[in-house]
Amino acid sequence: MKQAFILIPLLILPFVLNDFWLTQVATRSLILGIMALSLSFLATYLGVVSFAQATMAGIAGYTIAFFGPNTVGIGVPLPFWVSIPLALVLATVSGALVGLIARRSRGIYAIMITLAIGVAFFYFTRQNYTFFNGWTGFSGVRAPEIAGLSLRDPLPLYLLSLGMAALALALVSGFVRSPLGLTIQAVRDAPGRVLALGVSITTPIVAAFAFSGLLAGAGGILNVWYQERISSFSVGLGPIIDILIISVIGGLRHPGGAFVGAVVFVLLDTFAVDLIDRERFNTLIGVVLLLIVIVAPGGLQQLASDWMARLRRPEVKEKSTVRANS
Amino acid sequence: MNKLKMAASALALCAMAVPASAEDVKVGVISILEGAFAALGQDGIRGAELAVLETGGEVDGNKIEVITMSSDASPDSAVNAARKLIEQDGVDIIVGPLSGSEGLALRDLSKSYPGVTFLNGSSAAQDTTLRDSSDNFYRFGGDGAQWMVGVGDYAFNDMGYKSVAVIAEDYSFPYTQVLGFMTEFCEAGGKVPEKFWTPIGNKDYSSVVYSIPQDVDALFVALGGADAVNFLTQYSQAGGEKPIIGGSITIDQSILDSKGPFKKLLVGAPAGTPTVGDYDGDEWKAFTASYTEAFPDGFSAPSIFAHHYYMSAKAAMLALDEVDGDLSDDHAAFRAALNDLTFTTPTGGTMRLDKNRNGVIDNFVTEVYEREDGSLGNRVVKVVRDVDQLLGQDEEVFLASGPVSRDNPSCP
Repeated sequence: MKQAFILIPLLILPFVLNDFWLTQVATRSLILGIMALSLSFLATYLGVVSFAQATMAGIAGYTIAFFGPNTVGIGVPLPFWVSIPLALVLATVSGALVGLIARRSRGIYAIMITLAIGVAFFYFTRQNYTFFNGWTGFSGVRAPEIAGLSLRDPLPLYLLSLGMAALALALVSGFVRSPLGLTIQAVRDAPGRVLALGVSITTPIVAAFAFSGLLAGAGGILNVWYQERISSFSVGLGPIIDILIISVIGGLRHPGGAFVGAVVFVLLDTFAVDLIDRERFNTLIGVVLLLIVIVAPGGLQQLASDWMARLRRPEVKEKSTVRANS
Repeated sequence: MNKLKMAASALALCAMAVPASAEDVKVGVISILEGAFAALGQDGIRGAELAVLETGGEVDGNKIEVITMSSDASPDSAVNAARKLIEQDGVDIIVGPLSGSEGLALRDLSKSYPGVTFLNGSSAAQDTTLRDSSDNFYRFGGDGAQWMVGVGDYAFNDMGYKSVAVIAEDYSFPYTQVLGFMTEFCEAGGKVPEKFWTPIGNKDYSSVVYSIPQDVDALFVALGGADAVNFLTQYSQAGGEKPIIGGSITIDQSILDSKGPFKKLLVGAPAGTPTVGDYDGDEWKAFTASYTEAFPDGFSAPSIFAHHYYMSAKAAMLALDEVDGDLSDDHAAFRAALNDLTFTTPTGGTMRLDKNRNGVIDNFVTEVYEREDGSLGNRVVKVVRDVDQLLGQDEEVFLASGPVSRDNPSCP
């Protein structure tokens, strides 16, 4: 119920914002938020930080580009109702594969393995010309048109991203309550006990990675429609770190944190250049991110709910004293 | 989250409440201001600013406002920078970007914004203007192939090289450079038996060094910055003694000033470039003087980037002047003026456009020489005027040879 109230102002946004704010800030935040959600899901419920989320998103994006209209003359055009499910399936499978490779690793080792996968994929896209068109990548990727309406137009893309974000959040909260989701959390808390109960821990880990691949893939599809292009740069170290930053500043304890982090990140990324000397704006971004991590170790989402709790507490006390007097 | 969004929309309303006065012309400049290219990208901005400074900041009473944006050499960031300039800052004209693949991305983007005129900065991929060109994308400069004109001929006829191996980075700009070199070299009768494509940022060239055929006369090296230093160092350490032929960004002054063991390999090495820092043409001297006066903290002479951003911004200012700053009717008159524009470039040639809106340029063949004090410099051995994008060939023949790639062109 509470979530439904958040949706109302978000649905009013298109009437308030111009195209730039709607597309470049709001839609971009939602898309990056969906990708970051795939990471914070893994970090929160499986306890593994994965650097391969940009790879899973990239696989979905490259699938859309390869099997859709583009201007580089590579690929096989397929109707969008084939290429979209195909992209999601491939992203999910890639997630499962990453999970299979990283299943025995925890902490820093999981980070290193997933980072290696991400960077290997980056160099592969840069060198392979048959499927990925190397350095230049794909350009002129067009979102499908439905009944003459392009999904790349500001309003349809925003509503689609909003719907996808809401669906992703609902999926996450449903999944973590399912028996499989609970097993995943049990693996996070006490893998030894799960094994002692006779339950394999490989299946829940692979399933969690596959599910995160699905989320990342959904974000990746929206991202390639939004950017209208994809290249090795879209899966490089830059995007990998961006996704991590978004998840961390948003907070890893609640799935919604990914979207809070995305809004802050996009606002900074877009406007830091206006606030400070053009040659120094990266310093400003770095300083702000550092401050957020110092002031709010649990992320902005955690900071906000702490404040809300602090605001509420005095009220509660007052009520109880009144009762005591009467 | 909704609170942040509400704050965002409040900010948006503030941003929209400050409309520019009707006569202002806003010029957005996109260059690389972060990462390894930051110092060079900054010089591109200087070039564009110099052209605006020369007009006194206004054209026929219309104030010129320059807004800069940074990209990070990736096509995605160039597109984001352009979108912000257009949709948020409301620019009329964009000058930029700096590197090859960014140029291709902005060429595609320009088709979605017919109300904005794009003038390329220094990006030099061939297909930015040759194939699938865009009506509102202009390049007052050459592509990487034009920048090599004169070198293939010089290498075959003057240096006497009959067979050359190619070592180049694996992306669009070096492909285009190799095309420019091989077109002349192969036509003169030269052979290129082997081409080595290395990833950008490669550190270990030993596999390439040991695969270079013994019977070639020289190496054509189209690598940039640290890649060139790494290759040349490893090649000379392995005892390599073949003479070098350089691409447009291979043998710059920073490489000549470095302390590498490869310096003796470079003496006499020819290279092709549209910009020579210490060229002694009168126009170039005047350009350098006004550059150093306007930017005392800049380089000792304008770089290739300052030179190209300057020419694009200069073209925009001249065309604006011709239409009295009137950009109504979706820039129709302004673009007609750009199409017919001719002006004298800092290298003393006459800049004009071909039908794909690509520049007809001057190109230099340079060679490395040893100064009296033992340091190395580049000097001009040949100036080739009026180089067009088709490299003097028939259009149909040129286009039929297909887009440049690892395997095209070929003359083993």
